Amino acid sequence: MTVLIYLVPAALALGLTGLVAFLWSLRSRQYDDMEGAALRVLSDDDLAPSDESYSTDAP
Amino acid sequence: MTETLDLSIFVKRHDGTAHIELAVEDIGCASCIRKIEDGLKKIPGIVEARVNFTNRRLTVDWREDELGAGDVMSALARIGYRAHPFEPERAEAEEALYARWLVKCLAVAGFAAMNVMLLSVAVWSGTDMDQDTRDFFHWLSALIALPCAAYAGQPFFQSAVKAIRARQLNMDVPISLGVLLALGMSLVETAGHAEHAYFDSATMLLFFLLCGRTLDHAMRRKTRAVATNLAALKTEFAHRFDGSELVQVPAAALKTGDRLLVRSGDRVPADGIVLSGTSEIDESLVTGETTLRDVGAGAAIHAGAVNFSGTLTMRVTAAGTGTLIDEVERLLEKAVTAKSRYVRLADRAARLYAPVVHATAALTVIGWLAAGASVHDSIITAIAVLIITCPCALALAIPTVQVVASGVLFRAGVILNSGDAIERFAEVDTVVFDKTGTLTLPEPRVDNAAAIDPAMLERAARLALSSRHPLAASVASEARERQPFEGAIEEPGQGVRALIDGSEARLGSLAFCGMTDTGLHEPGVSTIAFAHAGREVLLTARQSLRPDAEKTIAALRAFGLDLMILSGDRPDAVAPIARTLSIANWRGGADPAEKIAAIEALKAQGRRVLVVGDGLNDAPALAAAHVSMSPISAADITQAHADAVFLGVRLQPVWDAIAVSRRARRVMRQNLWFAVLYNAVAVPIAILGLVTPLIAAAAMSGSSVLVTLNALRARFGREGSHAAETPALTARAAS
Repeated sequence: MTVLIYLVPAALALGLTGLVAFLWSLRSRQYDDMEGAALRVLSDDDLAPSDESYSTDAP
Repeated sequence: MTETLDLSIFVKRHDGTAHIELAVEDIGCASCIRKIEDGLKKIPGIVEARVNFTNRRLTVDWREDELGAGDVMSALARIGYRAHPFEPERAEAEEALYARWLVKCLAVAGFAAMNVMLLSVAVWSGTDMDQDTRDFFHWLSALIALPCAAYAGQPFFQSAVKAIRARQLNMDVPISLGVLLALGMSLVETAGHAEHAYFDSATMLLFFLLCGRTLDHAMRRKTRAVATNLAALKTEFAHRFDGSELVQVPAAALKTGDRLLVRSGDRVPADGIVLSGTSEIDESLVTGETTLRDVGAGAAIHAGAVNFSGTLTMRVTAAGTGTLIDEVERLLEKAVTAKSRYVRLADRAARLYAPVVHATAALTVIGWLAAGASVHDSIITAIAVLIITCPCALALAIPTVQVVASGVLFRAGVILNSGDAIERFAEVDTVVFDKTGTLTLPEPRVDNAAAIDPAMLERAARLALSSRHPLAASVASEARERQPFEGAIEEPGQGVRALIDGSEARLGSLAFCGMTDTGLHEPGVSTIAFAHAGREVLLTARQSLRPDAEKTIAALRAFGLDLMILSGDRPDAVAPIARTLSIANWRGGADPAEKIAAIEALKAQGRRVLVVGDGLNDAPALAAAHVSMSPISAADITQAHADAVFLGVRLQPVWDAIAVSRRARRVMRQNLWFAVLYNAVAVPIAILGLVTPLIAAAAMSGSSVLVTLNALRARFGREGSHAAETPALTARAAS
């Protein structure tokens, strides 16, 4: 049963990570416009091909 | 004369950047978001433009030295969207913060409930688990549950403390007590290496209750956002003289002493006195009177009246003693303070529930002690009673139904202003209607359209599209093809003319069309002349009933409701309407004080009165009623005092409000009875000391799920109701 000593904290840590991620997404206002987010994903013009900094500037 | 637009009261400034919030009409699809945002961002000076699709709003930030708010509005108009600025209410900002806090609490409670349950299931099923492992699991549960409950329980603890300070009991008092006792007892038991701990029950209870509370709050925020948008849509603009220059300002920015220009067809933006000019004004929104009033220099005019014929200059005055506004405000103050505070069903249940449960727990301790049990065991059993009765089902019984019912009403075009309106709608037995703008449409309609040559009518209607005169709007609504004629010229106060098929057509007053006045004037009926190519027709416009008024009135009567008309208009204008609707009980010419008196008399007979009205003169009556409703076209003060606002031209929402509320109350009662039944089964088990954490968890989640499922039934069975026309700016309701 000694395996529990580290398995249980590991499970808890995973759960906490999920909670922190959710609180972060809430803080960064990702739930303010739920319907808009669903529609924005349909427009892909944020990947402008002419935008040079996008592809070539990587080190 | 060029006129600048001054929106400065809506603009917030920060380091040279200006910020405005706009409600945008007709955002309907994904491409609208892109069109608006990209279109605005292309303009130099605009820093950020962001559409919130859920509540149909747009926020724009721009550098103030480069642009003005007017430029943003006109840029938006060029892209093809009409936007309305508004001042976000303080309450709305506070509610947004509260909503986010609730979701945070919900997330923390969810995390705790899941992880503690994970450990608890292991303890329940691990029959061969040794004591050290069990203690380790219990301590781990305590480590998760205690800090999480301390955080996620705050909404309940704070509300409970507030209630106790006010020497009252609400549902949060037993909830807080139950959670704290469960946690405290579990901690003591864990320290004593005991077999049972209730950390899972406490965290699960918090999680379920927070789910209900978050949903309830989200629904209320949503309806409020739509109501604010609709108010923004109604924002009136005034033309103010700044020296010799004319500036367009929102009516909210007007101050006493401002000089204003009121053109024909405009609504009077504020109370004041006419300085110069003569005109006829339509005060149906103010007094309910449908006959036009002649005004000249020195006459007092009220916000909400429509200027019909001439152009007026006016000075804004504060409400003086003896004016109608003053009387309405005085009556309102009295009515609002006299209104006895309605005790919600949930609070009534809590007042009954808390003493009973706490007495049961006390009796359990005494009973077990008398039977010879140890002090420790007796207290543990009593706490188990408190945990098992902890009002999970009871606390969810009402909010869940409320969420479902207000969602149904929202889709039917009824926006609730107050949280307990549903309960009060359900109790109504008498409905008092105002006439003008409530039973009738807010604008006059052409009533002899059928008797006129369709080709002539179509031409007159299309010509009317070019006029700003209020009566022209009623003619224009007859147009099948909504396309104005080119080169139409409006002669203010007289009419509009244009060349159609080579000959001149005129629409307007009799004299303007070259016709002789017959001298026959029926009060409340307006005559509009149309002449084209030698042919002449006379159109008459009058207040007409809402299209479904007769049907809805009949349906309300079928509900067993007493109906009554209480109007500020002349009795001879009310009589025909009452006859058509076969409402025997009607009164005309009632001023605000008489309306209140009539409603007080009904209340004295023990009746629960629903008042439906729109005029400024109805506001005190609305405040005095058991529950009240007003159409979206109502005067601002009136709408602020209504418990619900309905959209569209139909009267059906009044029926919907009552029908849905009655059904909702039935389901609420069922839920409460269900909670009682649950306790009747669970409490004896707890008193006998047979409750284990497993039983507590199963009972709690089972009853919560059942109550919630039952609440969903409030959605169904809206027989006889049609889908409401979708109003502009309406966000889709949560299901």
